[in-house]
Amino acid sequence: MIKNLLKTAFIIAVASISLGARAQLVVDITSGIDDPTPIAVSPFSWSGSGVLAEDVSGIISADLRRSGLFAPVPKEDMLSFPKNPEEVVFRDWRILGTEYVVTGRIEPQAAGYLLTFDLVNIFGRQKMFTKQVSGGSQQLRDVAHRAADEIFEAITGIRGAFSTQMIYVQEDTRGGRPSYALMQADIDGARAKEIRRFSAPVMSPMWSPNGQEVAYVSFETGRPAIFRENLRTGARQQLTNFKGINSSPTWSPDGTKLAMVLSKDGNPEIYVLDLNTRKFTRMTRHFSIDTEPNWMPDGKSLVFTSDRGGKPQIYQLTLATGQVDRLTFDGDYNARPRVSPDGKTLVVVHRSRGVFTIATMDINTGRMRVLTETTLDESPSIAPNGAMLMYATKRGGKGILAAVSLDAGVKYNLPSQRGDVREPAWSPYFD
Amino acid sequence: MLKSVKTGLGLACVMAVMAGCSSTDTDDSAQQQMTQVQEPVIDTPAQETAVPLDNVVYFDFDQSLLKPDTRELLIQHADRMRGNAGTVRLEGHADELGTREYNLALGERRANAVRDFLVLQGVDASTLEVISYGEERPAQNGSSESARQMNRRVVIN
Repeated sequence: MIKNLLKTAFIIAVASISLGARAQLVVDITSGIDDPTPIAVSPFSWSGSGVLAEDVSGIISADLRRSGLFAPVPKEDMLSFPKNPEEVVFRDWRILGTEYVVTGRIEPQAAGYLLTFDLVNIFGRQKMFTKQVSGGSQQLRDVAHRAADEIFEAITGIRGAFSTQMIYVQEDTRGGRPSYALMQADIDGARAKEIRRFSAPVMSPMWSPNGQEVAYVSFETGRPAIFRENLRTGARQQLTNFKGINSSPTWSPDGTKLAMVLSKDGNPEIYVLDLNTRKFTRMTRHFSIDTEPNWMPDGKSLVFTSDRGGKPQIYQLTLATGQVDRLTFDGDYNARPRVSPDGKTLVVVHRSRGVFTIATMDINTGRMRVLTETTLDESPSIAPNGAMLMYATKRGGKGILAAVSLDAGVKYNLPSQRGDVREPAWSPYFD
Repeated sequence: MLKSVKTGLGLACVMAVMAGCSSTDTDDSAQQQMTQVQEPVIDTPAQETAVPLDNVVYFDFDQSLLKPDTRELLIQHADRMRGNAGTVRLEGHADELGTREYNLALGERRANAVRDFLVLQGVDASTLEVISYGEERPAQNGSSESARQMNRRVVIN
């Protein structure tokens, strides 16, 4: 099972190893839940020769800490380093207040590594599981993230998303001129690499549902145009070249269509492009700004931003009937909606007392909740497990990425070591 | 609407005269410029000596309404554009507040407002090209109100 999962991961990882493990974004946790679960990931044994390129147990600890739900025990505080469940002395860990201990053994394999790891419940005095994850020679980080996913799910019941990735826009100055890049990185910010560099602005990256492609808007032709690009092969295709705005591409859940915004009729309208037949269908007819479409998980309707009521608010368009219903009423600026994977929650950019924040809205009750308190918060993108979202904000005049849980309890920043970063897009699961 | 355009024209004349005073060719060039509309001239000395017009107009937050002083400036631009065959690019921009895709639309709405006004002044619509950069190409970096004011703009190129 795990092996099968890793096959998919292998393909993706192969494309991203070129720059090695040098991270360009560094995690900086700013808030977690009040009572995180103490867990100890005991340093793993390694039966091969030489030193491993990555600290696998350290990566697992960092993943669990970043979730905000766990408080990993520092290595220095551990009384022993058990390598298997038999070596776990329950009394020692109980003294530390540790609820779970992870032990593990890494062995060399013909084409890489095999990690065997165990999860032990200290207070229940029992082993919860022993599992194995294998990966290629450049996939030690993938192996670690996979193990973290398994541990996270076994304890919380929520599927882990540590093996996912993100795409974001980085702007820096090269030779006195602004330069723009689409970047792809692990969700912890590690292994950042350039997908493509541009001399004109690039914006609105969006993953295809299978995680193999990205759609985005580039100004390289002198006006905004929508492109799709294969992340593994680098092959790309320009999808639109209409007069005016070509923006906000977003894939339908089944990956066969792309909703987008075109202003060729005089003002911005929502269109749907069938990627097989190449047919464009106009979905909105209104003299106001209609933009920022996002699909509901069932693919039957779109949510979008419109100022048809005078101010930007979120509306829902039922595709079969063309009916448009207003969803947000709280505040005078709600824009760029994203729908949670279960279809129950809307995440929006919300202006409250003149400050732009990220807010959630329960679609059934209409109840709104502000999640962030940083400045100029925008571009929220939800994790495939619906637990957290990544967004863009400003700190010290610099664009940085940040994350917050959908219940607002957990927060961390991912500042860039170079340039401004913005518009994070959280990947889907790769399997 | 019409009334304000007339006032604008009057002001434009005064300003053109004033501009003429400060250049080497006095009233003459300014007047030529005003009456030049009818005849398509290839060699246009009056335009060559004319003081370059400010080519950026500014807007209020989340607004695409032209301010009164913007109208005056655009009337002067229209005077120079009429009968000129070259294409003019109207680049719409927004400040950093609000979402990027919405700001792309807002930048276009601003550039369209400038285009529509110029067309009302007799400029051939087919010579005007609108493009929006949203908030992607700020004139000034930073989050101060003065920087934001400078970024809510349409550039006439």
